[in-house]
Amino acid sequence: MDVQSSKVVAIGTNPDTGYDSFRLGQFTFRRDEYFAHIEWPKGSHIIEIDRFLRAMVRDIGWGFFYGWIFFDDIFGTTNHYGTVDVFAGAYDQGCKDQGIDHLETFPAEVVKDAFETISRNWINEGYDPLSAPLETGSPLGSKTRERTDPLVRGFQSATRMLGLEGDAPVRSDATGHPINRAFADLEFDKPDIECEPGFEGQLHAINLFDHIARADVTWNPSFTAITGASICCVTSEEHMLPVIHGNDRNEWFIQLTDEIHWQIADKNSGLPRGRIVMKAGDVCAMPADIRHQGFSPKRSMLMVMENGTPGLELRYASGELKPYPVDFG
Amino acid sequence: MAYKTHVSSLSAFEKGVIELKDDLRKYAFSNVFEVASHSPPFERTAVAQNLEYVAEVMRVDGESPWYAAPHDEFAIVMDGEITFNFVKLADAQVPSHAGGAAQLGAKPNGPTMGRVRARRGHQVLLPKGAAYQLTSAAPGVVLVQTMDGPVTTKRWSDICTLS
Repeated sequence: MDVQSSKVVAIGTNPDTGYDSFRLGQFTFRRDEYFAHIEWPKGSHIIEIDRFLRAMVRDIGWGFFYGWIFFDDIFGTTNHYGTVDVFAGAYDQGCKDQGIDHLETFPAEVVKDAFETISRNWINEGYDPLSAPLETGSPLGSKTRERTDPLVRGFQSATRMLGLEGDAPVRSDATGHPINRAFADLEFDKPDIECEPGFEGQLHAINLFDHIARADVTWNPSFTAITGASICCVTSEEHMLPVIHGNDRNEWFIQLTDEIHWQIADKNSGLPRGRIVMKAGDVCAMPADIRHQGFSPKRSMLMVMENGTPGLELRYASGELKPYPVDFG
Repeated sequence: MAYKTHVSSLSAFEKGVIELKDDLRKYAFSNVFEVASHSPPFERTAVAQNLEYVAEVMRVDGESPWYAAPHDEFAIVMDGEITFNFVKLADAQVPSHAGGAAQLGAKPNGPTMGRVRARRGHQVLLPKGAAYQLTSAAPGVVLVQTMDGPVTTKRWSDICTLS
């Protein structure tokens, strides 16, 4: 794998829109009022700007997540945990057949810096790509004024369990996280904890649903409880997952409230395999050989079980591990 | 606009749909309330498995046996009101098997640590070094984040949608 070390550079400012264009390796990135334009030596691609920015900012916040993050069918990133592939058409049969697919590998920090630079320049005040579409302004139009607050938030992770002394806090009014409008119909109480003398602080419980209901970001799973390398993540989901996630390992979804519609496709070719509608209480594996994208008509609560064992992606890629989690015997 | 959040329960749940041109066993699609409604009390049925890690569904109805694990576990109450009783284990009493909960023969003779009363949506730490018991006056459901262990029950063909 040839790793490019060149960093992102600005290559000019559009006099009409005010946005800068950028080069990263052999990719160039340009935006206009409606779209992001990506070019590489043998091809070019266009992505609606809201979707592009929602995908890019999450990719930064997730640390490129597990495996493949498809911004759409053509453009995306692959996480190798230290290096990151940036690709265009590399997993699209049409592009591959035409010989116009392109992939470059960079140190992860270079891609993170590039995506932060592009996002910072292309996001105006009043638009927050981590918020649900009904809860933020529009990204369309010419450049006005760049946001000065952090682009990425809500990714604070627990190391043992949320709310334990010294660990990540649960969300509350005091942390600036009111109950979201979509969960205002629920009643939230606290668990009753009674410790015998001498055991104060050794028992712990939280209202997990209350924590999720206060999330001010969507499609952003964050760690809440850890058993070994098994990570419980929870997230609030509204509208659509603005990326298509291709797994490099098996993961599990547990629908806690409401419903999410998942579109499933082959990871390598993108060919559709069908759909899954998960309702409250449903549990479903996402195998390591698929892509999935979720649609949540109403803001819902989702739990994700991940296996963070280092090197797992290599064991799945080599075929040592099957791309599905359960042996039915 | 006023929103209505849908939260299922033992008495009211509706499983979703899986429509795939693929082997459905790869997705192991189940529903925690359906699993609990067909399980004897305190059977710990795996509904998710990531290699050595599992999530177990347990129907809580009455008093459970006592359990302990060589690592932290976590329980999310999905339905009902459940009391978790805790007893401190001496170092020599902490299980030394690879992982997952083990069922104890009786209540351990260590000091009582206390109890947690939890309801739907609450997540409870089941800490390493403590034994725990679940009790409920009415049927409830918990989802336990743990490891594949001595009392993990697997009946995937019974609980998963396969066609």
